[in-house]
Amino acid sequence: MDFALSDEHQAFRRVVRSFAESEIAPHAARWDDEHHFPLDVVRAMGDLGLFGIPFPEEFGGGGADFLMFCIAVEEIARVDASLAITLEAAVGLGANPIHHFGTAEQKGRWLPDLLAGRALAAFALTEPDSGSDAGATRTKAVRDGDEWVIDGTKAFITNSGTAMTSLITVTARTPDGGISTIVVESGTPGLVIEPAYRKMAWRASDTHGVRFERCRVPRGNLLGEQGRGLHQFLSILDDGRIAIGAMSVGIASACLDHAVAYATHRSAFGRPIGANQGLAFQLADLQVAVEAARLLTYRAAWLRDQGRPFKQAAAQAKLFASETAVDAGRVATQVFGGAGVMEASPVARFYRDAKILEIGEGTSEIQRLVIARGLGLPV
Amino acid sequence: MKIAVCVKQIPDPATPYALDPITHFVVRPAEQVLDDTDRYGIELGLQLAEASGGTVTLVSMSPVGNLQGIRQALAMGADKAVVVNDPALRGSGALVTARVLAAAIAREEADLVITGTESTDGYAGVVPQMIAELLDLPALTFARKVTLEGTTLKVERQTAGGYDEVEATLPALISVTSGAVEPRYPTFKGIMQAKQKPVDQPTAADLGLEPATVGAAGSGQVISEVRPAPERSGGVKIKDEGEAHLEIVKLLERAKVI
Ligand SMILES: Cc1cc2nc3c(=O)[nH]c(=O)nc-3n(C[C@H](O)[C@H](O)[C@H](O)COP(=O)(O)OP(=O)(O)OC[C@H]3O[C@@H](n4cnc5c(N)ncnc54)[C@H](O)[C@@H]3O)c2cc1C
Repeated sequence: MDFALSDEHQAFRRVVRSFAESEIAPHAARWDDEHHFPLDVVRAMGDLGLFGIPFPEEFGGGGADFLMFCIAVEEIARVDASLAITLEAAVGLGANPIHHFGTAEQKGRWLPDLLAGRALAAFALTEPDSGSDAGATRTKAVRDGDEWVIDGTKAFITNSGTAMTSLITVTARTPDGGISTIVVESGTPGLVIEPAYRKMAWRASDTHGVRFERCRVPRGNLLGEQGRGLHQFLSILDDGRIAIGAMSVGIASACLDHAVAYATHRSAFGRPIGANQGLAFQLADLQVAVEAARLLTYRAAWLRDQGRPFKQAAAQAKLFASETAVDAGRVATQVFGGAGVMEASPVARFYRDAKILEIGEGTSEIQRLVIARGLGLPV
Repeated sequence: MKIAVCVKQIPDPATPYALDPITHFVVRPAEQVLDDTDRYGIELGLQLAEASGGTVTLVSMSPVGNLQGIRQALAMGADKAVVVNDPALRGSGALVTARVLAAAIAREEADLVITGTESTDGYAGVVPQMIAELLDLPALTFARKVTLEGTTLKVERQTAGGYDEVEATLPALISVTSGAVEPRYPTFKGIMQAKQKPVDQPTAADLGLEPATVGAAGSGQVISEVRPAPERSGGVKIKDEGEAHLEIVKLLERAKVI
């Protein structure tokens, strides 16, 4: 067993960290406050190569492993969850299905811009009436000559309305009775992007409801096998869950760092507040949880990179890491006292941003369902 | 055009430096980082190379360690590196360092040599001028802006009161100030390629330097003692009774700051 990261992983972490600290951190609070999606910085992340990391070089990807991608997501999340989810969703949910299920022609058409970070892809699965129960999708796609005609409404779709968004992959019920995955390019008539949501968290990330009104796309936009969409997106979500684990680790370790620094410098009753065991031990426990979350996440990525089964490991990592991030936000806010509730403090934003990690890409309950079923339980 | 950029691996400034109690030299751990101020010279070199279809060779003298700092520089896009790595170089002073770097640069037949103004661990700030002298090159130091038209280098040279416009034809040496250019971040591909790029590691002898001219022996200097800098003393306390700002202005004028 070897727990050391390779030289490349470490060198890459250093670069992403310095980029995140110089180009993102100083502005993150303002972007959050203004619900502003910082297009230039997303493009700069593209120039660094972040959007192509785990994909083949043939399409402009980095040809690296998923662990490398997790490191990028973790480092961005340490300073800004909104940009971390922008990256995570663009890669994990956007480009990934095309990479996994696209034909050579489809990959050649869509991947190069996505992997270079010149364009973003969104993945529209959730609907107003079905989220966890994604098999209950109501959006429909029917064939009409050489085209698919799509009708339906999707909810909470990340990266769906940015100036860089080039396509949305949508899951829809097809006449075979199953669910199919179809690519809809931006600007297609009948594709309606609703105004951006006002969110409690990830405010600088782009999230919209999306409607399809007799939206016609070429039959060649079907991704993978017709009727196999459910199976396809479940496997895509397994990848995404590892990356959400990495995001959670980033947020949790940022909370820990801020809390330790504050506990060392803030005094009450004539000594640093961190001199009280009641507080110091909470931070000790938090560090253990952060390290455990990181190990679970890296292990899941490693299993995937080794080509071994990783569904259970991904669910474990996502569940534990996201709940650790929320704990970390709560503890850090508590350590900051009243200052922690002020938007000017670094931890208030992390506390808000952590919460969605327990919801997106499968709620904590759904992760427990996956894990319990893995134990053979009849839930 | 062949561009040589002098760079240095230094102990991570985030961790306190240790000095060897006997030799008084900085203890160099295997894991060193690129001197942050070198990024400006590398960036300038890359920009000039990109505009002229040239190449950038990094030139350095230090125990190689795990080469982490050099790889950081290669990841930005430099083509290759020459790191003079030789235990015989221990104890080299500024002039010997310049002699070794000049020999390495001469071997590369560089048309342009770019350096920083001083290193962040040594702060001598004399090596660039020495290299220029040894190679018989014009030295355009403290450049805050550089343009190259054909073989004519035009440089805005930072001075205490403003800047001078100076010019030279290649070959030449420039030392660049921090802020002269905006250093790029290494791209993911750059980081991955850095490991494959050639890093030549000649010894002093490989460069044709006699043992007596390098290292402590060649330096003609010993560091006899190292003492911590004295604590800053006193200062002036000005009590504000409505007129403090005038006193402060007077002090600043006396210090010739304003
Ligand atoms: C900011 C943001 C961005 C998002 N981005 C995207 C995106 O890009 N693409 C996309 O498709 N979706 C996206 N989502 C949607 C997200 O994936 C869903 O919100 C999530 O899957 C939960 O679905 P739901 O909201 O319908 O909740 P529901 O499924 O209605 O669940 C409500 C509650 O019931 C619980 N529950 C449901 N079933 C069970 C069960 N069997 N056992 C126990 N408890 C259960 C859930 O855990 C939850 O607590 C995003 C959401 C947010 C908030």
